[in-house]
Amino acid sequence: METGTWKVKTGLAQMLKGGVIMDVVTVEHAKIAQDAGACAVMALERVPADIRAAGGVARMSDPVVIEAIMKAVSIPVMAKCRIGHFVEAQTLQALGVDYIDESEVLTPADEHYHVWKHDFKVPFVCGCRDLGEALRRIGEGAAMIRTKGEAGSGDIVEAVRHLRAVTDGIRDLEHKPQEELMAAAKDMGAPFELVLEVHKTGQLPVVNFAAGGVATPADAALMMQLGADGVFVGSGIFKSDNPSERAKAVVKATTHYQDAAIIAEVSKNLGGAMAGINVKQLKPDEMLASRGW
Amino acid sequence: MKIGVLASQGAFAEHIAALGELGVEAVPVRLPRELDGLDGLIIPGGESTTISKLMLDYNLLSEIKNLAENGLPILGTCAGMIMLADKVPDSRVEPLGLMKIGIRRNAFGRQKESFETELPIAALGEKPFPAVFIRAPVIEESDEGVEVLARLKDGAIVAARQGKLLASAFHPELTGDLRFHQYFLNMITENGESGRESTAGERR
Repeated sequence: METGTWKVKTGLAQMLKGGVIMDVVTVEHAKIAQDAGACAVMALERVPADIRAAGGVARMSDPVVIEAIMKAVSIPVMAKCRIGHFVEAQTLQALGVDYIDESEVLTPADEHYHVWKHDFKVPFVCGCRDLGEALRRIGEGAAMIRTKGEAGSGDIVEAVRHLRAVTDGIRDLEHKPQEELMAAAKDMGAPFELVLEVHKTGQLPVVNFAAGGVATPADAALMMQLGADGVFVGSGIFKSDNPSERAKAVVKATTHYQDAAIIAEVSKNLGGAMAGINVKQLKPDEMLASRGW
Repeated sequence: MKIGVLASQGAFAEHIAALGELGVEAVPVRLPRELDGLDGLIIPGGESTTISKLMLDYNLLSEIKNLAENGLPILGTCAGMIMLADKVPDSRVEPLGLMKIGIRRNAFGRQKESFETELPIAALGEKPFPAVFIRAPVIEESDEGVEVLARLKDGAIVAARQGKLLASAFHPELTGDLRFHQYFLNMITENGESGRESTAGERR
């Protein structure tokens, strides 16, 4: 019996596919998420919209919050560490969380280096804005990728941009002649072996969810139709008027993402979505997605 | 032969790919109308609370139950095994209740306890099966009529069969070893009871 293998790390992400991972800050939220059909929850002290509003330094959550949520639900529990903060990651592993998100939503601890994730038994998910960034994180040991979008904005435009960038990148690599692959690896700053793999298979070697801006059932289905394996919803649920109903609707829209009649049905009577911020009004240094490299 | 793979949530694409490699047509099933004309059904791994909820909300639970009682062969892996069971001591999951087995969810603990092992399964031949257990359940009890196909070294039951129903706690769809899927296809065609063509068992 061997634990912590690449197969079991990437395998859990495969089991999450077609599902919705929801940010929760309390036990009550976690139960609402599970009852709505979330396939996992992200345990946090504050949702990204509140982190953005509060300013200051955002760190790993209080272990008491994380443990309470782990106790309250039977679905996998994820938690965030700061970019490059491997001791926060070690701490989360000791707590027994099921997945660690090395996340740009928290204030980076290291401006040059991400965590060396191969050393951990608990798998990592990391954000990316394009294929090169995705492959760099996978090279460091991320067993799951999510496109970053712009967390806490409720604006889907960045999520679309990043997911399209990843799929465009894959399509480009797939059709390149072999002699151009090394130059492509150099240009995108990605490990050559992974560039070769994407060229051969025409897909990412790990599961890729969409994140950062999903606020409605249609947003979730949009990301699925664009090729995401599933979605993260951060502030979009618990910053809306009716979290429970919205959570259920987003879950259904994610499963039935190709069925417009179902999406129409579940989108009815949800109350107001989160107010959100038009990302065009954010200054470049307010964009969370630009954290990490 | 046409096999449906429940696609409410989870690793359904992997099962569809495995069946494709065996030369069998496989279709995703998200709504009851997609169950028409199937020779078998696979309920994949995923989150059992999520799958259970979506099955209830879209009337799949009762439809699949009816079809199984009329002889539709079903393979359930991990969460799918939980859905096949009749005893799941957890109110968050409403199973199909088709197999006379009692389940313990997350029997090994959290993700860091997830593991791989070489599992002896006599029904698949001498070579052990590469079994991947991810936050896996086990069968804690099984009644008469349930054939145990595999146990871990400590005795825990991790694969079983009851008539045309087949369950595994591990994920044959993640390994590239197609013997477990082939076993399911053979099960469908044996006795000539089901299956519009009987080519599946001969293909390899």
